[in-house]
Order: sequence, then C-alpha cells, then structure tokens
Amino acid sequence: MRRVYLDHSATSPPLPEVVEAVRDALERFPGNPASLHGLGVEAEGLLERSREAVALSLGAEPSEVVFTSGGTEANNLAVFGAAWARQDPHVVVSAFEHSSVLEPARRLKESGVAVDFCPVDGEGFVRLDALEDLLRPNTALVSVVLVNNEVGTLQPVAEVARLLDRAQARWGRRPLLHTDAVQALGHVLFRVRDLGADLVTVSAHKLGGPKGVGALFVRRGVRLRPLVLGGDQERGLRAGTPNLPGIAGFAAAVRFWDREGDHLRDRLRQLSGRLRAGLQALGGLRWNTPSDVDRTAPHILNVSVPGLRGEVLVHRLEQEGVYASTGSACHSRRAHPSHVLLAMGRSKAEAVSAVRLSLGPETTEDDVDHAVAAFRAALEDLRFLVRS
Amino acid sequence: MERVVLVRYGEIGLKGANRPAFVAQLARNLQAALPCVRVENRFDHLLLRDAQQPWVLERLARTFGVVSSSPALEVAAELDAIEQAARALVAELAPQPGTTFRVETHRRDKSFPLTSPEVDRELGRRLQTHFPGLVARMKDPQVCVWVDIRQRAYVYTQVRPGPGGLPVGTGGRAVALLSGGIDSPVAIWMVAKRGVEVTPVHFHAPPFTSERAKEKVVRLVEVLSQWCGPMELWVVPFAHVQRAIRQQVEEPLWTVAMRRIMMRVAERVAERVGAAALVTGESLGQVASQTLEALAAIEAATRLPVLRPLVGMDKLEITALAQRIGTYEISVLPYEDCCTLFVPRRPRTRPTLEEAERAEVGLAVDSLVQEALAGAETVFPAAPARA
Ligand SMILES: Cc1ncc(COP(=O)(O)O)c(C=O)c1O
Repeated sequence: MRRVYLDHSATSPPLPEVVEAVRDALERFPGNPASLHGLGVEAEGLLERSREAVALSLGAEPSEVVFTSGGTEANNLAVFGAAWARQDPHVVVSAFEHSSVLEPARRLKESGVAVDFCPVDGEGFVRLDALEDLLRPNTALVSVVLVNNEVGTLQPVAEVARLLDRAQARWGRRPLLHTDAVQALGHVLFRVRDLGADLVTVSAHKLGGPKGVGALFVRRGVRLRPLVLGGDQERGLRAGTPNLPGIAGFAAAVRFWDREGDHLRDRLRQLSGRLRAGLQALGGLRWNTPSDVDRTAPHILNVSVPGLRGEVLVHRLEQEGVYASTGSACHSRRAHPSHVLLAMGRSKAEAVSAVRLSLGPETTEDDVDHAVAAFRAALEDLRFLVRS
Repeated sequence: MERVVLVRYGEIGLKGANRPAFVAQLARNLQAALPCVRVENRFDHLLLRDAQQPWVLERLARTFGVVSSSPALEVAAELDAIEQAARALVAELAPQPGTTFRVETHRRDKSFPLTSPEVDRELGRRLQTHFPGLVARMKDPQVCVWVDIRQRAYVYTQVRPGPGGLPVGTGGRAVALLSGGIDSPVAIWMVAKRGVEVTPVHFHAPPFTSERAKEKVVRLVEVLSQWCGPMELWVVPFAHVQRAIRQQVEEPLWTVAMRRIMMRVAERVAERVGAAALVTGESLGQVASQTLEALAAIEAATRLPVLRPLVGMDKLEITALAQRIGTYEISVLPYEDCCTLFVPRRPRTRPTLEEAERAEVGLAVDSLVQEALAGAETVFPAAPARA
C-alpha cells in the first residue's frame, strides 16, 4: 500500500545528509570537545562549525547559540532561566503555547510568580490588545510562539516586540521577548534581529534533523539562570558534554534548508493549497487553519470533522496508508480536547474532532491527491458514526 | 552446605486421591517457570536446588499453589553442621546488639539424638556464644532460626508467603474476555488462582481502537503470565461487528447486542481450545450493562457457564488487587479508547431477553461471528525471560 507521511510537525524523518553527518561525527570525531588533545580539538572544531551553521540560519552570532537536548529543554531554559534571573518577575505567555512553555509557566505560577496567559482570537492569533494590557513595569518575560504547532498560524512576533519597545519607553525596562520557533525554522523565513526577540527556541527533528537536539538563541547581553548545572559547556548555560553527533546532524539539516528553503517553501505552500482545495471539495469540514497565506506556515493544515472524533479519523486514514495526527504528538495519546483549539474558542466537541496534516520536503502532488482520496474514503466510511 | 529453597503447599495437600497429580502439576509449573532450577518432590513439600538467583523467590511468590517458601541451608543432620548453617544465616542478617531471637526445631527424624527442645536450647546457647549481642526471647522475636531435621537438616530464617490457591492446570481451561481495563485482568487472575488455565480473547476494532490499545493488552498478558504461566492471547477483529450494530440495532440496545456477539465469539474460541467456561470482569451494577437483567440477556447467548469472579467485589477492592498483580499501572495508561462511540446515550438498563433477541433481527449474527474468527490472530506474549 502507498504510504503518505503527513505528520512532519510531530517529527520530520531524517534527511539523507543528516544521517550521513551523524554517522560521520560518530565515526570520525570520537573525542570530547573539551579535551585538551588533538581529538578534543577536532571535536570542538565540528561543534563550532555546527554552531556557526545554526547561527547563520537564525541570523545570529555563533556565541548566541546554546545547544540543548531539544525544543522542550530550550523552552524550559528560556522561561525558568529568564524568570529566575530577575527579582519579582512578571511573566506573560500566550494561552496556546506548546506545553513545554505552558507547563514551566504554570510551575512558576504555582511557586508564587505572577504569570498571565494571554488570550488568542478565533483564527489562531495572539491578541495584541490583550497582550499590551497585561504588560506591567515588572514584566520580565513575554513568550509567544512563532508558528503554532497545531494550527500553523504565524504569530505577529515583530509587533509584540514593538509593544515591548513601548513598554520600555514607558517604564524604562524592556521585558525579554521569547519566541518558540520550533515549527518555524526552515519553513518560515525569519531572522532573530528582525523579530526583535531576545530568546528563540529551535529543534532539529522538525526539519529533518535528529531527535533530542535543539538550541536556544540567547541574544548577547541577556542574562539567564541555567537549569542544568555542572561543567561550563555552552558558556555555562547548559552543562554537559554536548550531543555532538546530534548537533552535527542539526547543522546538516539547517544547511539543507538554507540551500533549498526558497524552493521548498514555495512547494510546501503550493502542495498545502492543493490539499486544502481537495479537502474543501469534500464538504462538511471546519478549518482550524486560516486560509491567509501571509499569516500561516506553509506546511500545516488543521481541520475538524464535526461529530467525528479526531483519533478515529487518524486511525482510519492510517488504514489507507496516510499518517496524520490529532493535536500535537505529545498529547495525542490522550483523548483530551486540544488546549490550542479550546483557547481559540472552539467547543469541546470541535476540539476533539480535529486532525492535523503536516507536509515535508519529500511530499509530492501524488501524495496530496492520495491523502484527499483517503480522506474521502474515510469520511464516507465513518459517516455512520456521526450522531444527529 | 548447600543453598536450597523449601516450597510448601497447603490446600492441595487436602485433596485426597488427587493429591499426587496436584503436586506433580505444581512441580511442572515451577520447572517451566524456572528452567535452571532442579525441582525435587519430597513427601510434604518441594525442594528446589540450583535456585540461587534472586528472582526465584519472586517467582514463588507468584506461583499458585505455593503457600510459603524458605531459602534454606541443607546440611548433614548433625548438631555441629546445623550450628555452622545457623551461624552463616544469622551473620547474613547482621544483627544489631540487642536483637531478640529464638530457635524453633522440628525433628521429623526421630533417630536424631536430641529432642527438639534440646536442639532449641543447645543451638540457642551456641549462637549466643558466637553473637554475644543476641537476646533470647520466646514471644515475637526479631529473628527466628528454624531447623527441620529429616535425613538431612534444613536451616532457615525466612518464611515468605506464596499466593496460595491451586496449581494452574489442575482446574481445566476457560476463555476470558480481556479488555485493556482494570477489571478483566483481575478476573483472569482470580480464576487462574483456582487452578484454571486461561485463554484470553481481546476484541480489537481498528480504526475505533488504536494499535496502542492492543499493545497494552499484550503487556497485560505478559504480566499475567508471570502468575498464570504462558498464555495464548487471541486478538479478534471486531470493527465490522460494531459497524453492523451501530447501523442495524436501536441505540439503547447497542451494548447488550455487542456483548452477546462477544459471548458467541468467545464460545467458538472455547470450542477450538477445549475450554469449558467463559470468564468476564463484570460485576453487578458498576455500569448500566451490568444489571442482573442485562447479565442474563448477555449470558443467554452462550451455552457455556459464564464465570464472573469479581461479582462480589467493589471498585476499591478490584483496584487494590490489580495493583498487587501488577496490571493496574498498565490498565490505567491513558491511550485513547474510542469504545465510547458505541455507548448508547440512553441505554436500556434492564433489557429482557426478548428485546435482546429482537434487536438482533437485522444482524447477520452467524456471519459476523464467522468473520471475527476468520480474522483472529494469536499472540504468545512471553513473560519477561530470565534464567
Ligand atoms: C512548538 C513546539 N515547541 C516545542 C516542541 C518540543 O520540541 P522537542 O520535541 O525538540 O522537545 C515542539 C514539538 O514537539 C513544538 O511543536
């Protein structure tokens, strides 16, 4: 049976050149980057070349890139690290952040820190008016995801930065701006300076790199309190011998997207347009991803089939060889309604009936057509489940 | 001095003429569970040799028919040798000064020169000489040194309870319905404890239930087989039945109709594996389908007796038992379960048999059952392998 993988937002399968880079690092760079001898120097060379590649892709200086064990750790470091480095901090995060931002924010709140969750609108965008109202003289951190991982909306982070400039003009202190760009890197063109962000999270496995490696951009001059203590690796912000094979693989993925990105982004946009039109023609669907190409990532489509549970549709699509997901992969084991869709004001019934399709570099037009056909077959087959 | 394990059985000792067969089954079960161990069948207990591995005792705590077990030292039936063994065991306990102890001797070989109380006294004295901190106390001592004198002598300081019950394989075979929930694994454990071999049947309904739900059941069977011995799990496709029921049966009777077809499929599996009864995790009144009327209507679909070992238990008791068995943590894993799709909004809680039968008029029951059996797969989840 034809298999069509449309779950790249959960993880995007490793690119051939990533596999090559990981293998190469394991075989040819056995040393510890911190060792004094030649093998250490070689390993350090690979580490620093990789850091340069990631920095280049972000529009950052190499010294501003801190490697971590993934997006989750980078988000934890950003939220806790920023809050703990300041006296009496106030923190604002959007209500539909990834759980690796939300849970640290909730933990801060439990421990007595003032935390506000900024509402989002029905289309999936953070409400700037509400955000501005939440800012206070002691606001230490504002965190807004760049591309929401469930619905693919591109958040106006640069506009958030302008709100923070205004806060600085008013109170003489600028809150740090963090953005979780895990779903954005590669798929959306951005540079950290243009965003006006102080902290930016990225993760390798969402763009064809290895799982378990990511990075936090920490703008020069920004002070964070580290979470992982030990040696002084990563400028003391993240102790531990770095995951060199993973980091080398991360760099290979980033180089691939830097090289092919323009073309890939156009293609993903065109393919997701085709997918959207194909599904639209089936009728009876409710879109959770807006159709506005300027305000969405090119590779994520989220749609609800009213009356049908998302996981049943996902399993039925799998029987047709199509791999999709309900919300984000971390939650899809539980039949809980998606917090992202609830934050967007969807009803509980709508929030449990969502399916996310996410495309990647190897997706073809035939794949998309197959997915539409699979969707049609699944809907016809499952229609009997919809209770009046 | 050889390290051995004494295994005691209780209830099966009472079974008169059947007794040798029961003991032999227990010995076979132990041998199968512990291939490296040598099992010797002694007059009133079993003795395990080459049983040093730490998991042997764990395994004994999970073998039905075992009442208790003791890791022991086997020595010549001579007081000096017995003393050596007792000293070695007490040294292992590293007693603090002030630790209370006593010796308890059973002399089964009356040719031994000292009486039991004499051994108690003499051995106690010698132990105190060697461990001056020990304090003799008859009632509730912290350490008890048991000495069994037969042709050889056995010295031990621990009596570890077994699960009791009857050896699996002495009570025939039953087919059990196994869902991923808390109850059905406990039901299987309860009948296995009475010596019954169980063939579990799981109804798998993709796309309404996920592959993970099936994996979860496989893991449950792995845990259960540590108690019940290896079990062959039948995985029976059921989505076609659920579809048919949702389309042909009036909503209030969906659950009864579904359970009746499950009973029929289980009965057919029972014919294939030579089982004489069905087992379910139902108990009275927990959910709407578990009223007496509903149970009667469901049971009427099979001619086999339906055992419901949980019928007298409440949820807390079942949960506590599931925790002890080791299935609880797996049962509560939050994998999505779409069975709610087939739960009627307003179920008929007290259906009559006539209603249940009438509800099936539109269903091609025989061919649904046939199709389920034709698609059945069997899996042999291994108990975590050791030794
Ligand atoms: C928006 C977003 N942030 C963070 C993460 C976590 O990244 P990682 O899987 O590398 O821990 C993910 C994906 O899992 C994500 O989609």
